[in-house]
Amino acid sequence: MSTFSISIKPFGEHAILVEWPSKVDEKILEDIIQFNQYLKQNCLKKNGWETVPAYNSLTLIQKDDPIEFNNFKEQLKDWYSEENIVDSVERYIWKLPVCYDLNFGIDLETISKELNKSTDEIIALHAQHIYTVFGIGFLPGFMYLGGLPQELEIPRRISPRLKVEKGAVGIAGKQTGVYPQESPGGWNIIGNCPVPIFNSNKKDPCLVNVGDKIQFYPIPRAEYDLHKIQGEVGIYELEKEIINA
Amino acid sequence: MLKVLKSGFFTTIQDRGRFNFRDKGVPVSGVMDSYSFHKANKLLKNNENAAALEITMTGPTLEFEEDTYIVLGGAEMSATLNSEPIVNCKVYKIEKGDIVSFGKLEKGFRSYLAIKGGFKVEDKLGSKSLYYPITPNAYIKKGAEIPYDAYPHFHVEHDEFPTDSFLTEVVLEVYKGPEYDLLNDKHLEALFFREFSIAKENNRMAYQLEDLIKGHSFSMLTSATLPGTVQLTPSGKLIVLMKDGQTTGGYPRILQLSDRAISILAQKKSGDKVSFKLK
Repeated sequence: MSTFSISIKPFGEHAILVEWPSKVDEKILEDIIQFNQYLKQNCLKKNGWETVPAYNSLTLIQKDDPIEFNNFKEQLKDWYSEENIVDSVERYIWKLPVCYDLNFGIDLETISKELNKSTDEIIALHAQHIYTVFGIGFLPGFMYLGGLPQELEIPRRISPRLKVEKGAVGIAGKQTGVYPQESPGGWNIIGNCPVPIFNSNKKDPCLVNVGDKIQFYPIPRAEYDLHKIQGEVGIYELEKEIINA
Repeated sequence: MLKVLKSGFFTTIQDRGRFNFRDKGVPVSGVMDSYSFHKANKLLKNNENAAALEITMTGPTLEFEEDTYIVLGGAEMSATLNSEPIVNCKVYKIEKGDIVSFGKLEKGFRSYLAIKGGFKVEDKLGSKSLYYPITPNAYIKKGAEIPYDAYPHFHVEHDEFPTDSFLTEVVLEVYKGPEYDLLNDKHLEALFFREFSIAKENNRMAYQLEDLIKGHSFSMLTSATLPGTVQLTPSGKLIVLMKDGQTTGGYPRILQLSDRAISILAQKKSGDKVSFKLK
């Protein structure tokens, strides 16, 4: 490892923050995921540790004991510089169905005018690209997806909606994402994904991990209704393909 | 069962929190004032994770259907047991049919009702803490029945703790946050040499402070946040994330509250004053 220069900062009594160069970069994300995996498999085996990777940072949290910063910082530097071997963890491209019908894609017509593209072109562009999960946060199961094609970059709505439907697929700035639950939100809504990415009744409530990829594919309304029911009764299995690391 | 005859303003069930899912965006939740919660559980010789009621601003009216023991902690809300006044940090024996109710808020903002053995609601992702939509409800409603085990005989060793100054403290001890260095002298002066009023926007997710300080134009990539993280918005607003706060954020994290400071802040309501002191 030690591909990048990292900085290590204290973050209160119970956490420590490791930062990589401040860029949205797949190589940086990959390095963070490898290091996170190494730490989880070899170093942070004691109970009470949690790690949160996102974009260019990895936060380590110890719920029970205070962290002795100076010692732990040196330890972390050593771990990062070690030639470490990580048992590879399977990584996936998740294929998420999206119904882009206008009654779900409530902002499609507006942004079609702003971007000077037909709604079909917008849908095709959105579904063609593969996105990278740079972080999960904001709401349970909300994925920060990077890799939106430049042609689809559009600012967030001037006034956020008080209520965005569960499953709504939105775009804003350089990002796209799915609202995992009903919530207020300012993104431009282009469709709806009927299948649950987050399910609190499962032992592992969210199968997607930071570093995985997402691809959307368009489905007609009838298929949407079917998947919606399958999701609600808990028999829908998310479609995935293994990525060869 | 504990029967909820009246629900109060915002009553929830909380334990220490829901750990191990922050990388999936699940807030930790758990008691806002862990200091008072732990004290109450300790008197009952409970497991330190035993679930209690967290009672906000105005309290519920509760009927107990089995014998047990309870301890109140945190805010003082003129509580009564069968219409007789009861106090915080003292073990009370409860008999079938007893009624506990709450009156005027005297001091603090959140009260805890701990019960021998803890409340026995279902675990969701390893915790009993209510948080919608992880749990079906965000708070306890009138008519709810909350399970607990009958405990007719408990050998009480210490039946009370002395009261302390905790609820009236205003100084929040803080550590430097990850983006502390972006603060200039003007910011520092504004942060550490004055008091701040709690805004009306305060709940289990976050406490906003009414008074603005100088803003900034620093932009950063989304990164982890914790309960007790103080964010500074571009317009100069200070937001202190609390137990139901989001797990990641994009505003600079200028300060981080100590555990004790989180508990102190949890007892403040809109208009109350706090100040920051570097640890």
